[in-house]
Amino acid sequence: MIEFLRRLFGHNGSSATAKERLRLVLMTDHLELAPEMIETMKRELVDVISRHVEVDRERIEVNFERQDSTLALLANIPIVSVNRPNGKADATAAPPPQTAPPKSEPVAKAAESDGEAKPPRKRRRRKKSPAKTAAAPAVS
Amino acid sequence: MQQVESIQAEPAASAATAKLGRAIVITSGKGGVGKTTTTANLGTALARRGARVVMIDADIGLRNLDIVLGLESRVKHHLLDVLEDRVTIDDALVGDKHSENLFLLAAAQSREKDDVETPKMQALVASLRERFDYVLIDCPAGIELGFKNAVAGAQEAIVVCTPEVSAVRDVDRVVGLLGNRFRPQLVINRLRPHLVKKGKMLSVEDVNAILRLPLLGVLADEPEIIVTTNRGEPLALRTENATGAAYHAIAARLAGDDVPPPMPPVPKPTLLERIGSLVGRKRS
Repeated sequence: MIEFLRRLFGHNGSSATAKERLRLVLMTDHLELAPEMIETMKRELVDVISRHVEVDRERIEVNFERQDSTLALLANIPIVSVNRPNGKADATAAPPPQTAPPKSEPVAKAAESDGEAKPPRKRRRRKKSPAKTAAAPAVS
Repeated sequence: MQQVESIQAEPAASAATAKLGRAIVITSGKGGVGKTTTTANLGTALARRGARVVMIDADIGLRNLDIVLGLESRVKHHLLDVLEDRVTIDDALVGDKHSENLFLLAAAQSREKDDVETPKMQALVASLRERFDYVLIDCPAGIELGFKNAVAGAQEAIVVCTPEVSAVRDVDRVVGLLGNRFRPQLVINRLRPHLVKKGKMLSVEDVNAILRLPLLGVLADEPEIIVTTNRGEPLALRTENATGAAYHAIAARLAGDDVPPPMPPVPKPTLLERIGSLVGRKRS
């Protein structure tokens, strides 16, 4: 009833719809216009994750998907191997021979990424939408 | 005698080089939002302030600024005649009917936008800046070569946007293309205050929450614009009209006067709307 009255008295504005559509379309436009930004973001995202788990860099997928009123970042990052929980304490206490090679690799990647991982943070904020990171289960 | 001449010539020359005019491109991306009307009216308003103004119609192939100004019968030569050295610039400039200090350089009608060589356009605008206080460049719609040529010689930009989703999106794109070289100023055109009030049209705040540009002014969707275009007499000639006066306020702001951006008057609420706002309040 109130909705009917609001309509009757001219409260059925479509400008809110226009605003919402504009907001979303501009976010998508800006993303499309900045492919190098997406590449950088992808690389840095992987760098951060690689500090904790080893991922398959060749098979990473990062997409933006429009849902009803948000733009979401969907990342599929296959994990090759996972360090043990409390890895630091374990690594010094008992280094088992079979886990040594994968462990050293992520550490190296994390180290090299440290230097280049700084500037993009603020750019990522431009998206104003929740970033969903869906990580696939470990392959190994 | 020679000495006297050189002494006289020098201050004049240094004054000319010291104060170059401002080359301003009027652009929007989308067509039909009022670039040409804005150019004609701003040119008229600036000339009425005593400034020397030249307007360049850069919309090659779709010449229109001449007709909006009522100068179509006086155009003998055009922009490409000048750029391709067939005539001098003075041969091609058309003096306005109504304002003494206002001139038009018409677009070529039978040519294409790609026929313009960008460096020549830049050189032309640079030479006009030496003679005029304002060089207003009416940009074609689109973001192709015609846009690039129109923008090439300019130092400043005015973007014209209507309160529509498509126009805002295109302006956003154009502002991105203009890049850091420009800090475009915004003219919002064809606003319908009563629709904004009803929430049926994007408001000035809605538009500029997205574009975030310095606001030169807001113009109402003015029926008289149609009449003035029919007649070839810019509305800025009639300051008793609110929109005509708004063009003068925009010109004043452009010239650096400390006046607020003109806004169309907000309509008074009708009885029905007052009841409606009560219902609306109950809800929220």
